[in-house]
Amino acid sequence: MADNQDPSDAGRPAVTTRTMEIVVALLFLLFGGVVAFDSYRLGASWAEEGPQSGYFPFYIGLIICISSIVTLLQAQFGKAAGSNHTFVERGQLKLMLSVLVPAALYVLGIQLIGIYVASAVYIAVFMAWLGRYSWFKGAALGLAASVSFFVMFEIWFKVPLYKGMFNPLDFLGY
Amino acid sequence: MEEINALFHGFSVVLTPFNLLLMMIGIVLGVIIGVLPGLGGANGIAILLPLTFSMPPTSAIIMLSCIYWGALFGGAITSILFNIPGEPWSVATTFDGYPMAQQGRAGEALTGAFTSSFIGAFVAVVMITFLAPLVARFALQFGPPEFFSVYFLTFCSFVGMGKGSPFKILAAMMLGFALAAVGMDTMTGRLRLNFGWTELMRGFDFLIAVIGLFGIGEILLSMEEGLSFTGKSAKLDLKIVLKTWKKLPQYWMTLVRSSLIGCWMGITPAGATPASFMSYGVAKRLSRDGNKFGTGQFEGVIAPETAAHAAGTSALLPMLTLGIPGSPTAAVLLGGLLIWGLQPGPLLFVEQKDFVWGLIASMYLGNIAGLIIVLTCVPLFAAILRVPFSIIAPIIIVICAIGAYTVHNAMLDIWFMLLFGVVGYVFKKLDYPMAPMVLALVLGDRAEENFRNAIKGSEGDLMVFFSNGLVGGITALALLLLFWPLISKAIAKLRGN
Repeated sequence: MADNQDPSDAGRPAVTTRTMEIVVALLFLLFGGVVAFDSYRLGASWAEEGPQSGYFPFYIGLIICISSIVTLLQAQFGKAAGSNHTFVERGQLKLMLSVLVPAALYVLGIQLIGIYVASAVYIAVFMAWLGRYSWFKGAALGLAASVSFFVMFEIWFKVPLYKGMFNPLDFLGY
Repeated sequence: MEEINALFHGFSVVLTPFNLLLMMIGIVLGVIIGVLPGLGGANGIAILLPLTFSMPPTSAIIMLSCIYWGALFGGAITSILFNIPGEPWSVATTFDGYPMAQQGRAGEALTGAFTSSFIGAFVAVVMITFLAPLVARFALQFGPPEFFSVYFLTFCSFVGMGKGSPFKILAAMMLGFALAAVGMDTMTGRLRLNFGWTELMRGFDFLIAVIGLFGIGEILLSMEEGLSFTGKSAKLDLKIVLKTWKKLPQYWMTLVRSSLIGCWMGITPAGATPASFMSYGVAKRLSRDGNKFGTGQFEGVIAPETAAHAAGTSALLPMLTLGIPGSPTAAVLLGGLLIWGLQPGPLLFVEQKDFVWGLIASMYLGNIAGLIIVLTCVPLFAAILRVPFSIIAPIIIVICAIGAYTVHNAMLDIWFMLLFGVVGYVFKKLDYPMAPMVLALVLGDRAEENFRNAIKGSEGDLMVFFSNGLVGGITALALLLLFWPLISKAIAKLRGN
């Protein structure tokens, strides 16, 4: 990849584990709070016919809050608090994102143009861009994969897959 | 010997050409899934599950369980030849398996791994054959308090036996429960936690979570390590196989011990991964050559493999008899049962004899078939791993997306899959365990239902969980496990002083 000119930069930590611990614990806390709050709104006590709908999830939310607070305190003040253990290095993060971002675009692609066309494009781009194969090879394999999925699902198993908001396969009658 | 009769009846169910064909397809698919990074037993079966909706349930479970056996076998191939554990439970196999391959003893290591896996699985299947009907008969008398206490025990044992921070285990588990609660409340029909978003009415399907957490998450992790597959090649000829088999009996003690560890860890929901590590550790401590472990000891390969297979197989026992899966993969199979219209639990043994005994019989045959297939086709499967990652990765992501879509034919699920993938990546790096989360997501609704029915019966009195010897004993054991991290700390402190 083009960004490998400075190898020392790639090894630098992008995020420390401690920061990540705190962020995740806070997200858990938020999530637990939302769950507990919504369950409370629904009714988390005892009705005539038994426990209300929010009874069980309310306590679930509460436990999430409590355990995330403990994790948060441990990350902030515990033994590992002072360490700068790396969660992910810059180079690693870039590699990871080079899969995640195209994957997200791919899912967006599915939404718009459906699974078959998006998959063919995705496989071709991934191979050409990350694998440095020729565009021809990428396109050929992408097309082959999509066609075989099409045959398998639409024709063989009769399980229709998502064709997207703008169905490009409309002309085939699918 | 009622069980023997039932088992033979099971064989007669399985032995049709169609079922045998499905069995073969399942094993081969399973090994491929086990070999590929990002696809494993749990999400491989989750992806293929929708394709079995139209099959008869017995045939479907035979194919899916054979995928599971295949995946268990497949993990060993990558561990030994490439030093890459294809599955989490084969991490321990790399410790001695890869050094053996480096010394040119790959054939020996592979034969040892496959054969000992087979032995582990066989012990577990025999145990299931005789123990499962007993457990089921016993569980027929269970009411809601008993069932909830068993669920409670399952989840508490994650906390008590887990290795990481108990609070992280709790948080991950409760996340699973909370996600399970989203959507329709099955008891009152009210909508919960959907915040007016109608698409969320359906709730979160755990299959989506499994595909995202284990599939996409795994791909992201492998990518970060910048994987390049360079491995040893191996050919297995009959001579090596026979030679290895000849020396296997002298390790009978290791095999027996590892099988027992595996069976125990599989029934309690610790699963195959900790079982393999534990068995490796015990073998290392008890072996005469313990200090040579890690340099290519034969025993270091067979110990974790036996335990992993025994655990993976016996995880089906609580799933069949109580409706409580012992591992994420067993959870996916349980999801399958529900979709095919079967109610997992003790009644299965009474009402669905063909299904249960067909499955158990197929475990015997599937493992024999699996052993033969992996022994003969190793070079073929190893070749799959030589396909570059930049070709395999996008295809796996496409397969995951298709799998996620077919669960409910919902586009939104593909987005959730991606989200779960990121969650899986972060969780894995921060040691939040995924197995309890997946199990909570599967069992959440039923655990809640049993809890609510139990306290409804007692009019809100929580003492119902101590109302008789059985339920009280289980609950007490569960509480002991829940607070085990604290108790063990206290004991250590007392000893220290």
